[in-house]
Amino acid sequence: MSVKTTFNFDQMLSSAREAYGEELFRMAEEGLDFVFTYTDNVAESTSAGKLLKKYPERCFNFGIAEPNQVGASAGIALSGQIVFAQVFGPFLSLRAADQIHTDVAYNDVNVRLIGTHSGLTACGGPTHNTICDLALYRAIPNLTICVPADADQCCKIIRKSMEFQGPMIIRIDRGGSPNVYASTDYEYVIGKAIETIPGDDLTIISAGSSVYWSMMGAKILKETYGLNARVIDMHTIKPLDVDMIVKCARETNVIITVEEHSINGGLGGAVAEALLEAGFDGKFKRIGLPDEFALLGEMDAVYAHYRMDPQGIADQIAELLGKK
Amino acid sequence: MRNYNIDIEMVKELEDKCVKIRKDLLNFIYRIGMGHLGGELSIVEMSVALYYKYMNYDVMNPTMEDRDRLVLSKAHCSETLYTIFSDMGAYSMDYMVEHFESLETAVFGMHCNRLYCPQIEISAGSLGHGLPIALGLALGARKQKKNWRTICITGDGELNEGTNWEAIMAASHYQLGNLVWICDKNKVSMTGHTKDVMNIDPLDERVRAFGWDVREINGNNMYECCEVLQNLPPAEPEYRRKPICIIMNTIKGKGVDFMEDDYKWHGGGIGDEDLVRALESVEKTRRVR
Repeated sequence: MSVKTTFNFDQMLSSAREAYGEELFRMAEEGLDFVFTYTDNVAESTSAGKLLKKYPERCFNFGIAEPNQVGASAGIALSGQIVFAQVFGPFLSLRAADQIHTDVAYNDVNVRLIGTHSGLTACGGPTHNTICDLALYRAIPNLTICVPADADQCCKIIRKSMEFQGPMIIRIDRGGSPNVYASTDYEYVIGKAIETIPGDDLTIISAGSSVYWSMMGAKILKETYGLNARVIDMHTIKPLDVDMIVKCARETNVIITVEEHSINGGLGGAVAEALLEAGFDGKFKRIGLPDEFALLGEMDAVYAHYRMDPQGIADQIAELLGKK
Repeated sequence: MRNYNIDIEMVKELEDKCVKIRKDLLNFIYRIGMGHLGGELSIVEMSVALYYKYMNYDVMNPTMEDRDRLVLSKAHCSETLYTIFSDMGAYSMDYMVEHFESLETAVFGMHCNRLYCPQIEISAGSLGHGLPIALGLALGARKQKKNWRTICITGDGELNEGTNWEAIMAASHYQLGNLVWICDKNKVSMTGHTKDVMNIDPLDERVRAFGWDVREINGNNMYECCEVLQNLPPAEPEYRRKPICIIMNTIKGKGVDFMEDDYKWHGGGIGDEDLVRALESVEKTRRVR
């Protein structure tokens, strides 16, 4: 069964980065107990700033020092608290890799690492791109990896994580992405992918901010090439919903992955592994950043260059199927 | 006011305990065939003073909520703690040998794991992790208004890792009076003397410059260990003051004459002949009363 989604291009863009701060503030107001840690990238003017102002005793700034922030977040969790740690995405995965592995995952603590600015969304070139984080996180045992498709889904994950046992990564974009879901009235289950658009000719499996673009790509595929694309929101990268992948493979025989990540080791790699182990012999393609440091440029131009935008997604799929 | 009123009889008792712990440790390492004797022997006095006298800790009730937390950052030296847990009655020596790195039944490992052994506060092994975690524990205690203390034991070679300095900076920023960092300055790391591998001196001045209250002692002298621990400020979580750093000057391999100050005894096991010599050497350290 598919969930009602939205296609209003003029809608207000929402931001998971803003929304989760509001959600944490609401949760604090409701009396839920947790700690928030952050680095020097959370301004008082952001929504998380409301939390800092009203609940300073539970918010700790670690300056520009991600390894210390992640290690100390594990320590706070060991003292008996649930910890939400906002970390700038590229520095979370690259600088604090050892702390995620050892202090958080190996120690099995209730830290929710909120990695912001996923993929290319930060602008600013390769030092500020988050393109290899999923490859790292996937290989770390005991780590649940959630990649919400929009702001509301991010809030659902944040709230759900209060009852979740163990470490968790929540990967969000910089902000300003359209809402994928028309309403928040759907059930979110960690590890259970959601079909956002039905279709039988092919399946696009996507996650995070790429889901909406995949849906727009599917619209172009329908209008230009007459292809009915199914779109799957694979919001949990680990544990991966292998049943959904195999079902889509069986029903459409064409699988394309779209992600804001290197094509190596992320969602595309995870889906490829699942498909091959299930004996899949249909058509398969990974769409994402190729194995190179992204070019410098205005964001839309960069996405267009790498054919990660809706037109590029549709064209690459049409080429794969010999329609273009 | 400093309290110099140290019970000498207690110090003597603890000194005798150190002789026993060193012998038990040597026998343990002999039986399991691996360890880090150099750094394990250098922290015996301080570990004994903490577990037997100065920490609020019950080895039989290791998850007691208001216990003091000891974070062993130099986690390759966990056999010293296991030996103390054994002496305190938590495990027999035979049990520890049987359950040392024994796959599904493992409780103990060369690098300690808190999920296997409940007396261990943090799973560690990679250096430079203990101080940031201890900082977090101290912040967590403050947030929850808990009176327990966090004590972190690091090595000195370990201070080459930059994460320590991130935590040292943050602990003074937050004025964590409930945090005690004990640096086991045995001056030797895996391949030589720290002054040759990577110099960390003047350590006291550097840590003071980061805003800590530094107290330097001979860490292999039980009286000095007791005195410095007896004079810690209260651990009230909201009490803002400089965090405490105890630099303890120790000797790597302390108590076994042929291991002392020799990097070759950093890691490994011990053979039959060396065990006999080592036990004799430790016995000679017993203070004649």
